[in-house]
Amino acid sequence: MVEKEVTIKNRAGLHTRPAATLVKTAAKFKSDFHIDKDGIEINGKSIIGVMTLAAEQGAKLHLRFSGEDEQQACEAITSLIESGFGEA
Amino acid sequence: MPTDRDTKNEEVVLKGVGAAPGIAIGPVFLYDREVPKVIERSISSDETEREIERLINAVERSSKELQKILAFAQQKIGERRGKIFEAQLLILEDIHLFSAIHQRIRSELKNAEFIVADEIGKYQKMMMTSDDEYMLERAQDVDDLKNRIIRNVQEEKLYSKLEGSAIIVSKNLTAADTVLFSRNEVLGYASDLGGITSHSALLSRALKIPAAVGLREATSKVQGATEAIIDGYNGFLIVNPSTATIEEYRRKQQRHREFEENLAGLKDLPAETLDGKKIDLSVNIEFEEEIEFVILQGSAGVGLYRTENLLIGKDAFPSEEEQFQKYRAIADKIYPNRAILRTFDIGGDKVLPQAYQETNPFLGWRGIRISLDQPEMFRQQLRAILKASSRKNVGIMFPMVTSVSEVQRARTHLEMAKGDLRRENIPFDERIPVGVMVETPSAAVLAEELAAEVSFLSIGTNDLIQYLLAVDRTNSFVSELYQQFHPAVLKAVQFVIEHGHRRKVWVGMCGEMAGDPLATVLLVGLGLDEFSVIPSVLPEIKKIIRSMKYREAKRVAKKALAMNSADDVKSYLIEVMKEKFPEISLEN
Repeated sequence: MVEKEVTIKNRAGLHTRPAATLVKTAAKFKSDFHIDKDGIEINGKSIIGVMTLAAEQGAKLHLRFSGEDEQQACEAITSLIESGFGEA
Repeated sequence: MPTDRDTKNEEVVLKGVGAAPGIAIGPVFLYDREVPKVIERSISSDETEREIERLINAVERSSKELQKILAFAQQKIGERRGKIFEAQLLILEDIHLFSAIHQRIRSELKNAEFIVADEIGKYQKMMMTSDDEYMLERAQDVDDLKNRIIRNVQEEKLYSKLEGSAIIVSKNLTAADTVLFSRNEVLGYASDLGGITSHSALLSRALKIPAAVGLREATSKVQGATEAIIDGYNGFLIVNPSTATIEEYRRKQQRHREFEENLAGLKDLPAETLDGKKIDLSVNIEFEEEIEFVILQGSAGVGLYRTENLLIGKDAFPSEEEQFQKYRAIADKIYPNRAILRTFDIGGDKVLPQAYQETNPFLGWRGIRISLDQPEMFRQQLRAILKASSRKNVGIMFPMVTSVSEVQRARTHLEMAKGDLRRENIPFDERIPVGVMVETPSAAVLAEELAAEVSFLSIGTNDLIQYLLAVDRTNSFVSELYQQFHPAVLKAVQFVIEHGHRRKVWVGMCGEMAGDPLATVLLVGLGLDEFSVIPSVLPEIKKIIRSMKYREAKRVAKKALAMNSADDVKSYLIEVMKEKFPEISLEN
C-alpha cells in the first residue's frame, strides 16, 4: 500500500471537470484508490464520490493506493493534482 | 399597485428576483415536476437479477435521454453550458456507484428504486451539508439524475404535458427542464425557489426567455389562474392581470422589442456622439452572473459592482479569499474592459450582517464610515480587491464620502494593503485607479478637493438627491419632492463635473439618473464622461448618445440650467426628446 498527502492547487477545486479527469486517470490503473478528506473516505474511481468531497483550492487530501501498480498510480494521480489539472 | 390578496381572478403581484430580462404575457402552465414515489419493497432472491437488469436498462435509457438533452443544450446554448449535463452523464457511467447498488440489491433483497434512492441519496446528503452554493446546486443536479433513473425504472415516460405557448410556473425548475421546455414555445419561467445563480436562471438568460425566480408563492397563487405576466427585468409575476395591466405591459414589451432589434446593430458600436465625443458607457451590476449578459449588451465595462451583495444571506463578513474569488471572477469575465468595485456600502437602507438599530440610519453609520471604523474588515476587502487587480482592469471606489480626510485615511489603508501584498510577493496593479462616490452634498461641494486625491468621481444620484433636497423618497408624504431635475440637483451635477475636470479626473454617474433616457442629452451636455446604468437600459442610452451632437447637448444643458423648477426642466427635456427622438418612448 502507498499513501500520499496532497493539496488541491487549481482554483476551481475538484469540481466536475477536474473530478472527471481524476477518475479517468485512476481507471487506467488496476490498484484500488481511496481518498480521505476530513475523515470522509470515498472511492477515488467513483465520480460521484469525488464530486461529493467538494475539495476546494487548498483542501488537503489523503490518497491511498493498493494493488500491483500502486506506485505508478500514486505518481500519476499526485502529479495530476499537483499540476492543478492543467488549469491556469 | 394592486394588493396581494388570494381572491380568485383578482390581480395578484408577486415580487421575486428578475433572473432573465424580458416581459412575457400569456396563459399559465403549472408544471408539477412529479417526483417519483419510491416505495420500499422486499424481493425474493431469485428476483434480484431481473431487478438489476431492469435497473441497467433504466440507466441506459436515462443516458440516452441525457445525451439528447446534452446535444440539444450544446446546440442551443453553447458547449460550455451544456457541461451541466455532462456531469450527470459521467455519474451514470460510475461503475463503482452502480456495482455498489447491484451489490446492495443482492444482499438486502430490496427493489432497485429503493436502493438507488438510498445510495445516491447518501451522496446527495453529504453535498447538502456543504454551505458552498456550487455544491448545493450539484446536489440539485444529482437529485434530478436520481429521479430520472427511478422514473425510468418505473418505466414511466417523461413527457411534457405542455401544449402551445405558455408561461411555466413551477416550484423549482431544473436545468434539464429549462432546456426541454425551450423546445416548446415557452414564453417565460417563474419559480417559487431559486436564486439568480441557479442554472435554470443562467439558461433562461442564454435562451433569452424572461424569468422571475424566488417568488415563494408562485405555484400556490397560479392555481386555477389562466393568465399571467412575467416581468423579468424587475422580478414580478402578475397573476390574473387586469386589462389595464396587460395593456401597460404590452406597451413595455413592444418598446423593449424595438430596442432589442436595434441592439444587434448597436452592440459593437462605441457610445459616441455624432460630432465625435466619446462617452464611457458602463453598467451597474449586482451579481457576477450578469456579466455575460452585459457583454452581450455591448457594454464597455462595469461602472459599479456593489460588493455588499456578497453579504446577502450571510451573518458574517465573507473571508478575504471568498471575496478575492468573487472579485477576480468579475475582473476576468469583463477583461479587457474595466470593473469598478465599490467597497461595502452598508448601513442606510442596506442591512449590516449583525442587526443594529439607529434612529436615522441615512445620517448614521454607513459606507466608508463603517469601513474606517472596522480597519481589519476594510483591509481584508482592500487586499481582496488588489489581488483581483493583477490584470490591471480593476478600479476601486469608496462610498458615502463626506470629507477629504476620509479619502486620505482610506488611501492609507490601501497603501498598507499594498505593502502587505508586496511583502507576500502577490501581484497586483500598483497604479489601481481609486475613485470616490459623490453622493453627499459635502462631497459635491468638495468635488475639486476630492478630485485632487483620486483618479475619478462617480456621482451617486439616488442618495445625492435625497440628501440635497432633504427628502426620503420612500416616505409617501414627501416622495413627490424627490425630483431629479430639481435645479439644485442640476447645478450640483454641473459643479461636480466642472470641478472634477479642473483636476483632470473623469466624472461619471452611477445613480438611476444616468439610466433615465430623459436625462441623457442633459448629462452629455453637462460634460459627463461616464454613464454607469442598469444593463437593460444600456442599448437605449447608447442609441440616444449616438444620435445627438455634443454641441447641441451643451445648448440643451445650458438652457435647462437656467430654469427655476423641476417641472420646467422636465417639460423642456420631453420637448427636446420628442423633437429629436420621436421613436423613443419616455414612459417608464
